[in-house]
Amino acid sequence: MNKNVYVFAEQREGVIQPVALELLGKARDLADVLGEKVVAILAGYQIADKANELIAYGADDVIVVDAPELKDYITEQYTQAVYTVINEMNPNVVLFGANTIGRDLAPRLSARLEKGLTADCTKLEISDGSDPKLEAKKLMMTRPAFGGNLMATIVAAKEGVQMATVRPGVMQKKDKDESRKGNVISYNVTFDPSKFAVKLLETVKADKGLVDITEAKILVSGGRGVGCKEGFDKLTALAQVLDAEVSSSRAMVDAGIMPHDRQVGQTGKTVRPNLYFAMGISGAIQHLAGMEESDLIIAVNKDKFAPIFNVADMGIVGDVNKIVPMLTDRLQKELKK
Amino acid sequence: MKIVVCIKQVPDTTVIKINPVTGTLIRDGVPSIMNPDDKGGLEAALQLKDKYGAHVTVITMGPPQADLILREAYAMGADKAILLTGREFGGADTLATSHTIAAALKNLEYDLIIAGRQAIDGDTAQVGPQIAEHLGLPQISYVAGLEVQDGKYIVKKETEEGYQMLEVAGPALLTVLASGFKSRYMSVGGIVEAYKKDVEVWGVEKVDLPVEMLGLKGSGTKVYKSFTKGVKAAGEVYEVDAEQAVDLIVSKLKEKFII
Repeated sequence: MNKNVYVFAEQREGVIQPVALELLGKARDLADVLGEKVVAILAGYQIADKANELIAYGADDVIVVDAPELKDYITEQYTQAVYTVINEMNPNVVLFGANTIGRDLAPRLSARLEKGLTADCTKLEISDGSDPKLEAKKLMMTRPAFGGNLMATIVAAKEGVQMATVRPGVMQKKDKDESRKGNVISYNVTFDPSKFAVKLLETVKADKGLVDITEAKILVSGGRGVGCKEGFDKLTALAQVLDAEVSSSRAMVDAGIMPHDRQVGQTGKTVRPNLYFAMGISGAIQHLAGMEESDLIIAVNKDKFAPIFNVADMGIVGDVNKIVPMLTDRLQKELKK
Repeated sequence: MKIVVCIKQVPDTTVIKINPVTGTLIRDGVPSIMNPDDKGGLEAALQLKDKYGAHVTVITMGPPQADLILREAYAMGADKAILLTGREFGGADTLATSHTIAAALKNLEYDLIIAGRQAIDGDTAQVGPQIAEHLGLPQISYVAGLEVQDGKYIVKKETEEGYQMLEVAGPALLTVLASGFKSRYMSVGGIVEAYKKDVEVWGVEKVDLPVEMLGLKGSGTKVYKSFTKGVKAAGEVYEVDAEQAVDLIVSKLKEKFII
């Protein structure tokens, strides 16, 4: 009998990744509906002290796999560790972050376990049995397809564990509660090193010094209407006043003006800040898929028929290159008051 | 060096048609292209061929029309093309697809298998790693650079923070980013030649698996329903001068307690 909602609690260099906390938040909701527990799988090396953080964010149990083999993320090492846990514990659900680690690990596990996997989910629910075509208590995994044009709700077709990767930035983490109690379980895995064929030579960090756009409270996002590097300097000035981050549509990334990690949209990142400025962004469906869940959207665009205005809470028909510097000046004055 | 590149034909359009009964996509009548990451994968293979010499086989699973992208692969410089096609493969999710392709690949010799990171129709990025698992091969995904040194592959993998350099001995499976390998154009001579070459057509006889593992039946997931997103109610749109626009934005930010 498969039981409990598991989360692969991704850490990098000992730091629990935000997506892991988001997954715990969603897992908590799902587990409460199912009447089951939330279990975090924490795999890495010398990371056992991070288990309490996972409990504070909603885990009932934390299974810690602490081994030198898991110092850095490498597919086979992590697959062996997580496979061993899943194979023995028979989870009902396992969730992974849909990033370069989760999207590498989860399909490998899916094939090893011979179970289905749904990628890049943006919504997870438990069926209530009201539809005769779908039994109760199944995980309903909704995801965008075809560049966000179409949403599909997927369910597992085989008995046993139900697995999904979930887009970072979509689910909400719970408030941290240091008083929550949970069990920390140390778990030993016997590795088969004969399968370790990939060697990590070097990890290089791009000099970013910037907040990840999925974590920003305010985003000033620019598109084709901003046009050039100088235009983005104006957005950066506005962002500085508001303590915001600058992001971009795909067009500006393809043009080489903005780096890929700043891209919002179906092939970039999904964001849901408190405030999203869409500056000179027309609003292709692929872009909207990445930002329409933002709390407040203010769009400025020359074209009054731009589709961005269909999702904006406030739309201004005008020239961004004129409005942005004026807005920056004005906000500077307002905030000095 | 023998390289096999897995490619897929995908619809290049925003027009979507869904079979309302099965919830699966109707691909007929929609213009199609070689999936961009797969084209990057083919380019990566051809760059190895240019530098070190290699025999490059492309394989695609799909309907007979997928012949088109195999011709394109020939025109870019592939040496052999295989179309894996059959009714039995229809309606497959990533798990069933990966089983089918992996079983077909067992008919070939390879030192390296390259696939695109993900296809633009599904964006799952799952089939490559799943094939690697079925074949017992090491995998590296998100590949943006590739060299050969002392018989080993030196691979650049993109990550959220930057990149990693990894080393792997063949045979291995890599999933490639289009941004890492800007694909070459088809040569005019190549296009002409492409239509004189043979595309091998493989059916279910080349896939040594029970039929229950293929297509819809072999899938680990199923589409419960699909739908288009409802449109959010639009807010007010103002056509005002820049001064008034600034006033409006500032008052909105105050109203929402942002400033």
